[in-house]
Amino acid sequence: MVGIVGYGAYVPAFRIKASTIADQWGDDIVAIERGLLMKEKTVPGKDEDTITISVAAAKNAVKRAGIDPQKIGAVYIGSESHPYAVKPSGTVLVDALGIGPNVHVADFEFACKAGSEAMFVAYSHVKSGNMDYAMGIGSDTSQGAPGDALEYSASAGGAAFIFGKDNVIAEVLHTYSYTSDTADFWRREYQHYPRHGGRFTGEPAYFKHILGCGKTLLEKSKMKASDFAYAVFHMPNGKFPLKAGEILGFKKEQMEQGWLVNIMGNTYSGSSPTGLTAILDVIKPGEKVFMVSFGSGAGSDGFIFKATPRITQVQNKAPKTRDMLNGKKIYLDYGKYAAFRRKIKFLE
Amino acid sequence: MAISPRYTREIPHRYRLEAQQFECGAVTLPNRYICPDNCCKKSKKITLKGKGKILTYTIIYIASDQYTRATPFAVAVIETEEGARLTAQVVDCNFDDLKIGAKVELIFRKIMEEGASGIINYGYKAILV
Repeated sequence: MVGIVGYGAYVPAFRIKASTIADQWGDDIVAIERGLLMKEKTVPGKDEDTITISVAAAKNAVKRAGIDPQKIGAVYIGSESHPYAVKPSGTVLVDALGIGPNVHVADFEFACKAGSEAMFVAYSHVKSGNMDYAMGIGSDTSQGAPGDALEYSASAGGAAFIFGKDNVIAEVLHTYSYTSDTADFWRREYQHYPRHGGRFTGEPAYFKHILGCGKTLLEKSKMKASDFAYAVFHMPNGKFPLKAGEILGFKKEQMEQGWLVNIMGNTYSGSSPTGLTAILDVIKPGEKVFMVSFGSGAGSDGFIFKATPRITQVQNKAPKTRDMLNGKKIYLDYGKYAAFRRKIKFLE
Repeated sequence: MAISPRYTREIPHRYRLEAQQFECGAVTLPNRYICPDNCCKKSKKITLKGKGKILTYTIIYIASDQYTRATPFAVAVIETEEGARLTAQVVDCNFDDLKIGAKVELIFRKIMEEGASGIINYGYKAILV
């Protein structure tokens, strides 16, 4: 049996409310909240980035796995906000956790699906027998340009998953990926903010890939939506994942636990992976999870997981995702938020 | 300001809290040549659990160049459960919640950036628990 042996998440303590952003730009908060289903989002502290978020999530994953970090043979961090243009994020993480130096490390990038991409490769290493354990992480401190709709959603957080063969807590039953060249969202080198195709990010991008991946994954697994206790999809806003899930036959009750976007925002590479951690926090042995990520550019990775009896032994070994989201919160006004996110120019 | 080779050398204690325990029992972080009481030089490596309490603290409003964007920030002298005493920023808190004796946990954060093109320094800071 190959699957997840340990998982962990991390979200920063800082928040900004959608109403604070709407006040800044004169937007109609009622229309924003109704359109995006977003109340607030996480904001990284001044001393937090993709690396520190990944380290925090990975430490929680190691706690749950209960393994010697030295046994981890590969570490992949998926992010669109790696702090360096040239120098890996993963090398900092392996030294911080005491993994390696006998370890394969790579940083992945694929807009919002870099995290599931890292999970996919980590899982494949273990399945092929290349190594006993491999870790895939999705983490981001995403940016939205001032006044852009993305500002309501672009947030910070991450999730880490250790895959292995022994003491599995959630078996991987099936995987599937669906990819095409679709220019719906991009950021060119040296550009601070991404650009997007507005409405083009919807049907031709998000829905085409999520549904393309999701439908084939259901066919391939010979399962139907009602076979799953939970489903989680990439969450660029509140509405898209609920609509995509509904089209695939899932009910709101199956999606609520992993649907974190209204209080977390879109953690990009950490989005559906973080949602998955919230599900693993409460899932019961034997229950199944349907997960489909989405990354602009564009593609989707799909996974079907089945919880094993061991899941209940590890759920309380590290902080739970919804507890972190509902725990310590420090709200920022727009001025502080702009300074935190370096949206104003400082003397260098 | 740190430079890349020095930063790399300090990774064991800054990233992983690898400290030393002297024959007399004293625990220190970072590593040093002789124990704080000047009584012995032999030591073994131990890894701190990262839990401790605030012995004293202050709020920094005017900082050196590489920390100006971080102000205001709290700095505390912390005693870990193992007895090591170290200095670290206390972050993600309201300053009113800082108290002598408050329990803290050491976490992994960005310490500073060496300008816009230099390396990014990571290490330990503390949060209230």
